[in-house]
Amino acid sequence: MLDIRRIPPTALLGIIITALYILVAIFTPWIAPYSDTAVVGDVWAPGSAAHWLGTDNLGRDLLTRLLYGARITLFIAALATALSFTLGASLGFTAAVVGGWFDELLSRFIDLIMSIPTLIFALVVLSVLPADTLILILVMGILDSTRVFRISRAVAVDINVMDFVEAAKLRGEGKLWIIFREILPNALSPLVAELGLRFIFAILFLSALSFLGLGVQPPASDWGGMVKENKDGIVFGVPAALLPAAAISILAISVNLVADWILNRTTDLKGGRGNA
Amino acid sequence: MKSPLLKLVAQRVGLSVILLFAVSLLIFVGTQILPGDVAQSILGQSATPEAVANLRESLGLNQPAYLRYLEWLGGLLTGHLGNALSNGLPIGPELWQRLKNTLFLAFWAAAISVPLSTVLGLIAVRHKNGFIDKMISATTLLTISLPDFFIGYLLIYFVAVKLGWFTSVSTVFDGMPFLQRMNAIVLPATALTLVVLAQMMRMTRAAILNVMQSAYVETAQLKGLSQFEIIWHHAFPNSIAPIINVIMLNLAYLVVGVVVIEVIFVYPGMGQYLVDHVAKRDVPVVQDCGLIFAAVYIGLNMLADIFAILSNPRLRHPK
Repeated sequence: MLDIRRIPPTALLGIIITALYILVAIFTPWIAPYSDTAVVGDVWAPGSAAHWLGTDNLGRDLLTRLLYGARITLFIAALATALSFTLGASLGFTAAVVGGWFDELLSRFIDLIMSIPTLIFALVVLSVLPADTLILILVMGILDSTRVFRISRAVAVDINVMDFVEAAKLRGEGKLWIIFREILPNALSPLVAELGLRFIFAILFLSALSFLGLGVQPPASDWGGMVKENKDGIVFGVPAALLPAAAISILAISVNLVADWILNRTTDLKGGRGNA
Repeated sequence: MKSPLLKLVAQRVGLSVILLFAVSLLIFVGTQILPGDVAQSILGQSATPEAVANLRESLGLNQPAYLRYLEWLGGLLTGHLGNALSNGLPIGPELWQRLKNTLFLAFWAAAISVPLSTVLGLIAVRHKNGFIDKMISATTLLTISLPDFFIGYLLIYFVAVKLGWFTSVSTVFDGMPFLQRMNAIVLPATALTLVVLAQMMRMTRAAILNVMQSAYVETAQLKGLSQFEIIWHHAFPNSIAPIINVIMLNLAYLVVGVVVIEVIFVYPGMGQYLVDHVAKRDVPVVQDCGLIFAAVYIGLNMLADIFAILSNPRLRHPK
């Protein structure tokens, strides 16, 4: 069983910080000192006792905006990751199990989508779709599912030829049984590490889109949007835009630390040289 | 010429051309057939049906989709990129100018990052698991976790604003003296370099380490060559192919990174052009820019594969 003392300190730090972010995102309305839309001070006021981190480009409390930003950013990124995993893994497993022309067709189509850089493709699609959070989640999830597809297909192809799967096929189990009862449990550990990486990618991707003005629409703001709102202050020496960017970075580093550890752990379990 | 090499390269080029056509179709479908009428979204939800119908007519939206696709593709192949919706001007000259600016920026970022990352990667292998190696893996973690705009704004905040070196806005224009132009792109080129450097370094390190585990390197070690000799004469020549592959893939990554960096530094390149016109819902510009970005990306990936084929000595001699 997992012993907390055996977790390396870097991974433990990652877990604690990630958990803190999630708690903040859940309990934002109770811990935020102000309303996220209320103008409570001067524009870009420096930090003070009333406003610990100062105010933003419209005079809203920056700490409050950051807390609400955590909520929006994590919420959208989590939904997009969930979508990309459900879609990518189910298609990937199905392609591996069914094989034949279905696998070929799907794989080539995924290759085609992946031959366009994700950000460019998202920009192209968002230029005609309405600016809406649901659409944003769909676009992010679908585009990112291509990567999950490749990984889960690769993993499933390996598992599909193992003896216990052959046995299941011979005793006449259906494709759904093979996918959910034979392949999924055995593909879980590499996919969990990938989950962390995809989540980080979703956060960075969402931030980039919002920074470019095509993600979350004002007055609500995720961290990328906050950077966009406050970026003009930087040339006057107002570091307000750096704070949400730093918030993203700290979260991304933490999740990466955890994902690295899981990755090493699963390769260690398999007898591989995970730390080499 | 019955060289298998030539055949492989030709196959790879052919594949890329097919891929590019498929991508153009995908971009076209993505912008034309998705729910949401282009004319409606340009005019907004409050537009009268007559206005929408007029705009549809003038955009040629009443023609069947395959005709519009062929028209667009034909125009692209003959160098006519169409007119922008937002100002009615031809897209070609503007796009060409912006593409030149983007390539200029990307070229200098590559000129710094490629040699630097190769040398640092070699050093990391030389001191494997030592202090420098640890530093390199720590910076890798940092740069894959930092959003591109954080790196950009940190540079602006500390270098341009606090130290007062260089300007935060990278204006370039036609006929600008070379040195002045170089001065303008120092910060964006640095930011781009930082974005790709760690990743390139890490992959270079992995490529050389992979070679270092082979039998002939062990032989070299056993006959008492110095670590440097082994890396320089035995490991490096054999890892050139994977390293070139890494470099090409990262240059492809640079093409995407350039979009955000250009917006940060208000650099008049193609990324900024694309983003501006996505916000204006100017579909013809978005299609053209999207396809050119995809073409550069596919082209670099193709070059990576071709270099890999060319540098594989086993393929050089017909059996």
